[in-house]
Amino acid sequence: MTLSIIAALPLLGALLLTTLKQGQVESIKRIALGSSLATLAATVLLASNFEIDRPGFQFVESYSWIPALGINFQLGIDGISLILILLSTILVPVVLVSGWYESEGGRFSVKTFYVLVLVLETMMIGVFAATDLFLFYILFEAMLVPVYFLIGGFGTGARQAAAVKFLLYSLFGGLLMLASIIGLYVISSNQIGRTFDISALGTLQIDNLTENFLFLGFFIAFAIKAPLWPLHTWLPDAAKSATPGTSILLLGVLDKVGTFGMIRYCVELFPDAAKTFTPLIITLSVISIIYGAILAIGQRDIKGLIAFTSISHFGFITMGIFAMTTQGNSGASLYMLNHGFSTAALFMTAGWMISRRRSSTIADFGGLQRVTPLLAWSFFIAGMSSLALPGLSSFVSEFLVLVGTYTRYPIAAIIGTIGIILAALYILIPVQRALHGPVTEGNDGLPDLNRRELIAIAPIIALIIGLGFYPKPALDVINPAAKATITKAGMADPLPTVGGEK
Amino acid sequence: MNPTNYLYLSAILFSIGAVGVVVRRNAIVVFMCIELMLNAANLAFVTFANMTGNLQGQVMAFFTMVVAACEVVVGLAIIVTIYRSRRSASVDDASLLSR
Amino acid sequence: MNTSTNIVYLIALPLFSSALLMLLGRKADKWGHIFATLISASAFFVGVTEFFAMRSRPEEARAVTQKLFTWISVGDFQVDASLLLDQLSIAFVLLITGVGTLIHIYSIAYMSHDRDRRRFFAYLNFFIAAMLLLVLGDSYLNLYVGWEGVGLASYLLIGFWNQKPEYATAAKKAFVMNRVGDFGLSIAIMIGFATFGSVSFSGIEEKVGGAGETALTAMGLMLLLAAAGKSAQFPLQAWLGDAMAGPTPVSALIHAATMVTAGVYLITRSNFIFDNAPTAQLAVVMIGIITLLFGAVIGTAKDDIKKALAASTMSQIGYMILATGFGPAGYAFAIMHLLTHGFFKAGMFLGAGSVMHGMNDEVNMRKYGGLAKFMPITSITFGLGYLAIIGVPPFAGFYSKDKIIETAFNAGGVQGVIFGGAALLGAVITAFYMTRVMLLTFAGNKRWASDAHPHESPFLMWAPMAVLAIGSVASGYLLYSGKAIVKWLAPVVDKDHHEHVEFLPPIVVTTLAIVAVLIGVSIALLKYRGEQSDSAPSDVSIWTRFARRDLLQDDANEFLFMRPGQEVTKALVVTDERVIDGAVRGVAASAVGSARGLRKLQTGYVRNYALLILIGAALILAAIWVVTI
Repeated sequence: MTLSIIAALPLLGALLLTTLKQGQVESIKRIALGSSLATLAATVLLASNFEIDRPGFQFVESYSWIPALGINFQLGIDGISLILILLSTILVPVVLVSGWYESEGGRFSVKTFYVLVLVLETMMIGVFAATDLFLFYILFEAMLVPVYFLIGGFGTGARQAAAVKFLLYSLFGGLLMLASIIGLYVISSNQIGRTFDISALGTLQIDNLTENFLFLGFFIAFAIKAPLWPLHTWLPDAAKSATPGTSILLLGVLDKVGTFGMIRYCVELFPDAAKTFTPLIITLSVISIIYGAILAIGQRDIKGLIAFTSISHFGFITMGIFAMTTQGNSGASLYMLNHGFSTAALFMTAGWMISRRRSSTIADFGGLQRVTPLLAWSFFIAGMSSLALPGLSSFVSEFLVLVGTYTRYPIAAIIGTIGIILAALYILIPVQRALHGPVTEGNDGLPDLNRRELIAIAPIIALIIGLGFYPKPALDVINPAAKATITKAGMADPLPTVGGEK
Repeated sequence: MNPTNYLYLSAILFSIGAVGVVVRRNAIVVFMCIELMLNAANLAFVTFANMTGNLQGQVMAFFTMVVAACEVVVGLAIIVTIYRSRRSASVDDASLLSR
Repeated sequence: MNTSTNIVYLIALPLFSSALLMLLGRKADKWGHIFATLISASAFFVGVTEFFAMRSRPEEARAVTQKLFTWISVGDFQVDASLLLDQLSIAFVLLITGVGTLIHIYSIAYMSHDRDRRRFFAYLNFFIAAMLLLVLGDSYLNLYVGWEGVGLASYLLIGFWNQKPEYATAAKKAFVMNRVGDFGLSIAIMIGFATFGSVSFSGIEEKVGGAGETALTAMGLMLLLAAAGKSAQFPLQAWLGDAMAGPTPVSALIHAATMVTAGVYLITRSNFIFDNAPTAQLAVVMIGIITLLFGAVIGTAKDDIKKALAASTMSQIGYMILATGFGPAGYAFAIMHLLTHGFFKAGMFLGAGSVMHGMNDEVNMRKYGGLAKFMPITSITFGLGYLAIIGVPPFAGFYSKDKIIETAFNAGGVQGVIFGGAALLGAVITAFYMTRVMLLTFAGNKRWASDAHPHESPFLMWAPMAVLAIGSVASGYLLYSGKAIVKWLAPVVDKDHHEHVEFLPPIVVTTLAIVAVLIGVSIALLKYRGEQSDSAPSDVSIWTRFARRDLLQDDANEFLFMRPGQEVTKALVVTDERVIDGAVRGVAASAVGSARGLRKLQTGYVRNYALLILIGAALILAAIWVVTI
């Protein structure tokens, strides 16, 4: 099992879909689901062969692509990429099952929807597995295309505007990154010959000013992707307009490319610049945590609320990455995984609530716990995971991030911890309005979850609870990669003040 | 004779042509003015060829003539078509691009 | 340290039962309550077995641990899912499972008419599991899991009847205020890790000598904040009164006997921190005193029997917190008061539930009166609890509270007089408001609503009350005879065997305490004997009004946090829309605007284009000319 086969599987599924007729809706859906499940199976198989203790990239493949420019089609994964590829391949079938009818009634055909999703899956796998900067960049930008059509073609409300806003924001960031990539290429061709291999690029000697600019080009692109305050305003619009399934892929996976990029590219390629900008980035992260949480409290639309909670969570992830401690970095990587699951669960349940009630305004719901207990419990558990209740997966990652940050930046960690109080508010307010209280008019006849929906939510909830009590499998995979990142950045964990000397 | 004078002549001819293109409305006249500008350029080319003593300028002049001939063919055809459909050869009537 | 393999069953049994009852849903409606009660009883059985096993071991070998698995392991941050059963936690285990089982039994009858009884029992079992994890975890992080677990259970149970919006709000309020406390606990753990490189109790205790006082004080204050949130201490006390929205057995178990005392456990468990941080200890004492008076004053003004008892709980926990603030001299007495309080307060809450059960869920004491005749067993059990709480010898509360007052005086000097005086004053007020509750409920004339038909509760309800009443009578003597509890806990909280100095002879303090009780009781007798009116008097002094409004605790929270918070939220929503997104849309709008302006150049006239080309050519030529010169 190789990475390129895994990446090709969804693409093959998409090709197969193009041979079908528009009208064969059921078989289109089955084939799409089948190929995403095959990808998941292949990924699990690959993961079982992953060697935890081996440093560096594994399953490396390299094919010459544009030799004149030193560009290779080069794949390889470490622990962090493996976790994120697993997350992507788990979420795609879940999204397909949970939103079985999302593809219908859009501007384009049902077939188009599934082709777009499968092509997107290929790109998601590729972007996490790429170890060639040029390949990464191509996929990073190309991913925008299917998402643009998924939002603009199948969303609701002001979907066109939201899609264009998303596209322009991302393209702007991509442009800055392109400039940095070209700069890096020029430096590499002067020093070590033309190459885009990221391991080789890490060895370059760059003077401080240039490094700072190159760093910023990458960082702004990633800060837009994993929206960091104040570059976040595309996310709520996109999440409000997109279908729940698209939102899950968007917030659950695509935004992780941003935080993933911060680790893989910003910190590892430009450690000195990363250290220079750390105070600024930590400040922005803390602002994101608090700002996202307060804005989430103020939302009336349930999808907007989830989007702002994500902005708060991305603040935690970024803070963990730039705290530059093993706890912070491992916590941030684990947070990416857990945030994927908890956001998926939130969007899924919110999507079911919205499709039943035909409204996404929180105030329109009421008393769902009496009418649709399964749906209400699913939403509640997803919400508890989002507020990082101990025993659920997000707690482990959030606490690791906070503890890792505290050892180096205590003030930032303390302010960030206020986020846990605000989290209780932004989850419990919608829980109270939508699930508790008397059953309000229009909610009395809503149907509870059906078997298909239960099949979609059950594995996610199982993962949320399972990883909360036993995060070891995930942490074992992440830890060596996180440690390697900290070493590459030239940092070491601060020692405890008492008995720290070893 | 001082070859610079040819250049002055060329410049004057070019200017006349340019002014004609800008101020005249009859398509045929505009067209002729363009030809005038092309030929002014030819004159300059030939003069420079004479001054530098190599053939490059003259070759360019031939190129220009060939291009001018092609242009006449296409341009006149367009003018005739426009005249047929609009019963007018005024370039101001053909301002479709602004809409 | 010895290891044991049985501790985990204490947690696993109720957790399993809770999950089972939730997952089976309505299929388990018929037998769910019985199953849950049996599970709780079996956890109690495991606890008792462990207790006797522990007693049979020599003192230094009593504590046992059980490592389950490695929970989080990143760099130096190593946390095992590991349990610690020592002299302190076994006391809690017995209290939680023992009182818990009694309340399970009581609830079978109390909740028999509720269609969601199975869900109620699933929550109760979940609470037992979480609370046991809280007291059994061997590190702050394990404790944290239980800490939030009980918070969640409390949230679910307060909001058990959440179809009533105000009950749902009460649940939310409790959770959010507890989260403020959790903030403190989180920070304390972070300080612990940054200072000692460990989050386990033993890991920190080992190195505590090398730490600076600043770090210890900070950690102590943060732990105090956590304790204040969970134990409804000032300034995070406001949620407890509203928490009475939950079914009465919940109030008895969670909001009287066990969960709210978790703060006392936390401080006692962290004795190695507080003993080395005198400033933090002083803060603990202050918070204890403020809360014990605060709760007592609110208790005098409440007509809702459950809220009066809740205020009393707050006040009694204030006593415990006060005791923990005196270090090794006080820990044992705090725990002793916690245990006796667990008996008498749970008993009284169950009694209140029994009264409500017979009075159509009426909670207003002004509409009771003369119930002793109609509910003899309830009135006797409640009465025994009453005698215990006000501290009449030889009932349980006498021993425990008297010791706390004595310890407060022993702080010495002016401080000691102030602390002891405040504790005595609290005893006066306690005697007053509890006598008031007794008189209004069980004595005097009938002031019932017309459709009330009070009757004694069924056996399943009065039996647990009777057991708890026995505890209220005897537990104090049993715990204190031969200083049993002090000696039992010494290996945990008083390793160095401090000599405790006495400033006042115990007999003097005891006399003072009894006099205080007599004063309180007589004032209440004068004021409420023969109460006639079934509604609260409205022509009362401003102080009474103050107390009826909970000393403005909700107003203060609203004024200081809620309103400004709402304003900030609204302002930020607008800012995000207008300023940040406005800037983005501004860029887009300026691009569109400039395009619109430039479009005017495209007239469609060939000669205009030709002119523009000419001008452009001229400009380029001019530029070249300028550059070359």
